[in-house]
Amino acid sequence: MTKLVELAKVLRSKNSGPFQITLDVLFDSRENYERVVRSGVINRENICRAYNLQDKDITEVVFFDSAMGIKVTFNRKISSGSAFDRDVYGAQQHAPLMEFIIP
Amino acid sequence: MGKKSFRILSPCGILGYGFPDSSFENGLKMKPDAIVVDAGSTDAGPHKLGAGVAIVSRLAAKKDLKRIITGGKKLGIPVLIGSAGGSGGKVHVEWTMDIIDEILREEGFEGTRTAIIWADIPKEEIRKSMSKGEVIPLSPTVKPLEAEALEETTSVVAQMGIEPIVQALSMGAELIVCGRAYDPAPFAAVGIFNGFDKALSYHLGKVLECGALCCNPGTTKDCMMGELYEDHFDVYPCDEKRKCSTLSVAAHTFYEKDHPYILHGPGIIQDLSQCRFEQVAKNRVSVYGSHLIPSDGYWIKLEGARLTSYRTCVIAGVRDPILISKIEEVEDLVRKSVAEQYSEINPALYDISFYNYGLNGVMGELEPLKDLPHEIGVLFQVVAKTQDIASAICASLRSTFMHYGYEGRKATAGNLAFPFAPSDIEFGKVFEFSVYHLMKVSDPTALFPIEMR
Repeated sequence: MTKLVELAKVLRSKNSGPFQITLDVLFDSRENYERVVRSGVINRENICRAYNLQDKDITEVVFFDSAMGIKVTFNRKISSGSAFDRDVYGAQQHAPLMEFIIP
Repeated sequence: MGKKSFRILSPCGILGYGFPDSSFENGLKMKPDAIVVDAGSTDAGPHKLGAGVAIVSRLAAKKDLKRIITGGKKLGIPVLIGSAGGSGGKVHVEWTMDIIDEILREEGFEGTRTAIIWADIPKEEIRKSMSKGEVIPLSPTVKPLEAEALEETTSVVAQMGIEPIVQALSMGAELIVCGRAYDPAPFAAVGIFNGFDKALSYHLGKVLECGALCCNPGTTKDCMMGELYEDHFDVYPCDEKRKCSTLSVAAHTFYEKDHPYILHGPGIIQDLSQCRFEQVAKNRVSVYGSHLIPSDGYWIKLEGARLTSYRTCVIAGVRDPILISKIEEVEDLVRKSVAEQYSEINPALYDISFYNYGLNGVMGELEPLKDLPHEIGVLFQVVAKTQDIASAICASLRSTFMHYGYEGRKATAGNLAFPFAPSDIEFGKVFEFSVYHLMKVSDPTALFPIEMR
């Protein structure tokens, strides 16, 4: 049992345009990447639970084997920099993903 | 094809972010065929576009531009700037040209053949396309564009593709200043103009537009070199302290995109799923196998912002454990009390919100953790139709919150620790992206007029 943050080389969030936030999990070892992919833990249901999202809010969950990376993109509730946005660059929305437990 | 290879120097990720002199000098020694720099971003929100201000200071922009233009002159190679002034609208391009003219005068480079490519889209053109159903939202949560929203939008820019830039190069421009451009486009344009593969040129542009961000350690504030060949391209940093690895370059395609290997641009779709990355030297990576897939028509991305409100805010700290245990409940009561005190102001004219740093200030309703901290930084803000209303409501919110007698209170002298006096900060105008749509065009150059100087 290991937290995702311990297996990933990079784990970050950022705007993908003003209306979406994208989470990237990148690895520097094939073994760790495959362990995470095989675990099946990174799925729409778990991301919804961790981020209080509904399935329709998530637009992409993609595993890119050749780059050893995972990308999750979801819709913002408030677009970047509009009134009541909390994170203009979307750069601090990754922490709940770090806590995912990988068997 | 004339040359067997073509070298592009990217000094930094955003013009004005700066770069070390030593890296830039190293880059120039490698004899690049062009210097290209991206100046644009929508990352900082809609305010820059809506209010017509730049994303970097004039001082910072001039410092970078002077070195870049002088470097280009020294080698006799073209210099291209993408998305001038950050948002790439008319005022942003004029701001950039004012600095450039000053440099050209000061350095004795008057007469430099300069092309300005404007990217402002007349609303009439957009209305025509709307009536044909050729303006569509770019993101699932963006509403279809309506006449009223367009009317309220300060100005609209569109991201140009390579075509107008290639045209400016064919007119013999030494210095090309683009309004809003697809970030990789100015890089791709010089490669394609010189006969290199379109897919490789775009992919190289995608890597170079962020400066040395695809290195270890990565940064937007350092220089990067790209080299196009017939069937691949190479990238490497100009600073010996940095390295490109197959992983760092492959991973870079993830950055700020909704999908890791399918990337949409004006008139193109890049498919990077079949790319092969090879470590050819300790700091240098070769990339093979970038592809373009056919795009259904030529669509340009429109960006526009409108003024929605004015903001006043207050920052304060809470250390009282009794208040912390019921902070959100108390904030609701304070909010209601203020609405009652100002019953003559229509509640539709303003909005109140509390960010509780320490509790869920960063993530709001997305925050999964519920633990109570020992102190909370409260940021409360009022946005309203006028600055006067925002400030009046915010002042009342502050004084009500400070002295609110919530159930169970023991600290009856005051609820908030203000770090500043005065405590209320008038923030001014608040904008939102009101146009973030794709528009179909028949001619990729028609809406991006070139002005030669």
